[in-house]
Amino acid sequence: MIIGLGNPDRGDDGVGGLVVEALAGRLPEGVETMVRTGDMLGLVEDWAGAQAVICIDAAATVGAPGRVHRIDGHAEALLPEPGLASSHAFGLAEAIALSRALGTAPPVLFVYAIEGSGFDTGAPVSAEVAAVVDEVATRVLAEVARWPATAEAIRA
Amino acid sequence: MATKTIKVEYISRVEGEGALDLEIAGGKVTSAQLRIFEPPRFFEAFLRGRGHEEIPDIVARICGICPVAYQMGAVHAIEDAFGVKVEGQLRALRRLLYCGEWIESHGLHVVMLHAPDFLGYPDAIQMAAQHGDVVRRGLALKKAGNEILRVLGGREIHPVSVKPGGFHRVPTKAELAPLAEELKRARDIAVDLVRWVAKFPFPDLEQDYEFVAMRHKDEYPLNEGRLVSNRGIDLDIADYETTFEERHVARSTALHSLIKGRGAYLVGPMARYALNFDRLPASIQGLAAEAGLGPVERNPFKSIIVRSLEIAYASEEALRIIADYERPEPAVLLEPRAGVGYGCTEAPRGICWHRYEFEEDGTVKTAKIVPPTSQNQPSIEADLMSVATSMIDASDDEIRHRCEQTIRNYDPCISCSAHFLKLTVTRL
Repeated sequence: MIIGLGNPDRGDDGVGGLVVEALAGRLPEGVETMVRTGDMLGLVEDWAGAQAVICIDAAATVGAPGRVHRIDGHAEALLPEPGLASSHAFGLAEAIALSRALGTAPPVLFVYAIEGSGFDTGAPVSAEVAAVVDEVATRVLAEVARWPATAEAIRA
Repeated sequence: MATKTIKVEYISRVEGEGALDLEIAGGKVTSAQLRIFEPPRFFEAFLRGRGHEEIPDIVARICGICPVAYQMGAVHAIEDAFGVKVEGQLRALRRLLYCGEWIESHGLHVVMLHAPDFLGYPDAIQMAAQHGDVVRRGLALKKAGNEILRVLGGREIHPVSVKPGGFHRVPTKAELAPLAEELKRARDIAVDLVRWVAKFPFPDLEQDYEFVAMRHKDEYPLNEGRLVSNRGIDLDIADYETTFEERHVARSTALHSLIKGRGAYLVGPMARYALNFDRLPASIQGLAAEAGLGPVERNPFKSIIVRSLEIAYASEEALRIIADYERPEPAVLLEPRAGVGYGCTEAPRGICWHRYEFEEDGTVKTAKIVPPTSQNQPSIEADLMSVATSMIDASDDEIRHRCEQTIRNYDPCISCSAHFLKLTVTRL
C-alpha cells in the first residue's frame, strides 16, 4: 500500500499526493494507493491488515529543500514525544506509534520524507520539491519490486 | 509572603493553543486565568460581501472536528432570513449528518483525549498498550461518525453537500443502508463505553452552573429549539443578544460570553442533558441511571459519562432516521431578500449561534458567530478556581495535572473560539 500524506493547498505539503499521482498505472496488481490530506488518525485504520506500506510525506526543512530521506517507520527516530498535543497535532509519527501499541502496524513500513521549503496556505509546490517527484516515484517502484523478497525474509 | 507560580505552558489534548495561569496568595487561589493565544481568525469579516450560497462552505472551515455545526447554524440563519423552512426528510437528513458529527467528535474526545486523564496515562498512545481494546473501539466510533459525513456530506472533513434549502445531492435509501450495520456496532460500543467510564475515579466537585441549551418540543436538541436555562431563560434564538453579551478580555483572543447581569454559564453535553433529560429515550435514561447519573449532573468531571451517553443517543437516533428514510428532492427553492436571519444549533461542545444580515441579492452584509468554547471560558475559569482551591496544599505537579484535566472536561475547541494551553501558578 502506498499512501501520500499532506494538504495539497499548503505548498510543499502536497508532495505526497503528487508522488501518488506519478505512480498511477505503474504499480503491480494488489498494491493500493491512497492520499490522506487531513485527519492522520485515520491512518491507523487505513493500513491495518496491510503487509507492507510506504508513506510519502513532506518534512520540515533542515537545510536542503527537495532532499529525500528514507526512514524505517519502526525505527526510534519517528517516535513521538509523550503527551499527545491535540488531534490537530496527531501526525504520522503518532499514527505509527498508536498502531504499534495496538499491534496493528504493518510489518514493513517505510517513510519517504521530502524536505519542503514552504507550507503557506494556497501556495504551489516549490520548484526544488517538484523536481524530485519523479525520482521518489522511481525509488518507490523499485522498493515495491523488492517486497516479495522482503515478505519472504520476514517469514524466514 | 512567598510567591509561587505554577505554569502549564501549553495545554495538551485540546483543539488549539492556550495556556493557564494560576496565582496563589496567602494560601488562597486569587486568580485562575485561561489565556488563549491562538491568533484570531476573522471568519466573520471574510463572510462580508460573499454570496449566501458560499456561507456553508466557508464556515465549515472554522473546524475540522465540528464543521457540520457551523454549516447547520449558517443554513438555518439563511433560511430564516429568506422566509423558508426545511422540513420532512431533508430536515431528518440534516439531523443524521449532525448525529455523525456528535459520534466522531465525542468518540475522539472520550477515548483518545479525556480517558487517559482518569487512568493516569500521558496520552492515548501510552494508554493503548494496556487498553488496546478500548482504543480500537474509540477509533471505530470515530470511523462510524465519519462514515455518515462521507456518505451524506461527500467527504469526512468539511463536507461539501450542504446548501441553503437542503443539499446539493441526497443519498438513495440503498446508499444509507450500509451505515446501519456500522451504527448498530457504534451504539453497542457506546453502551459499553458508558459502563466503562462510569467506573473511573471522579474528583469530588459539584458546581452551581447556570446550564444553557436548546430545547425542542419533543426531541433531544440538535438543530432546532428555544434557548433555555435552569434559571428562567426561555428565548427565541433571535433574542439571544437581549440576554447574552460578548466581552473582550486581554488574556484571550476569543471573546468571553456572559449572561447580562449574571455572568458565567455552561453550554455543552452536561447542559443539554440537564435541560433535556425528559427528551431522551427510555433506553438512554436507563443507561444513565445504570451509570449512576440522576437527571441533572453537576460534577464537570462526569461530563465524560454524559458525552458517552450522547454517543449512544446519536447512534440510536441515526438508526431511526435511516430506517424511516425516503429520498426527498435535494433542496427547496430560496429567493434571496434583504433581511436578518438567525441560526442556533447544538454543536458537540454546546450551542453555536449565528446571525447574518443580507443585502437584497443575498450578499452578506454582516455576520456574527458565537461558538461554544468562547461561551464556556468563564465557566472553565470558575471550575479552575474551585479545583485549585480544593487542592491548595497539593504539589504543583498535582495541581497542574488536575487543572489540565478540568479544562479537558470541556473538550475545548480553542481553534474554533479564537480562536491550547500553558498553565502558570503564582503563589504569593
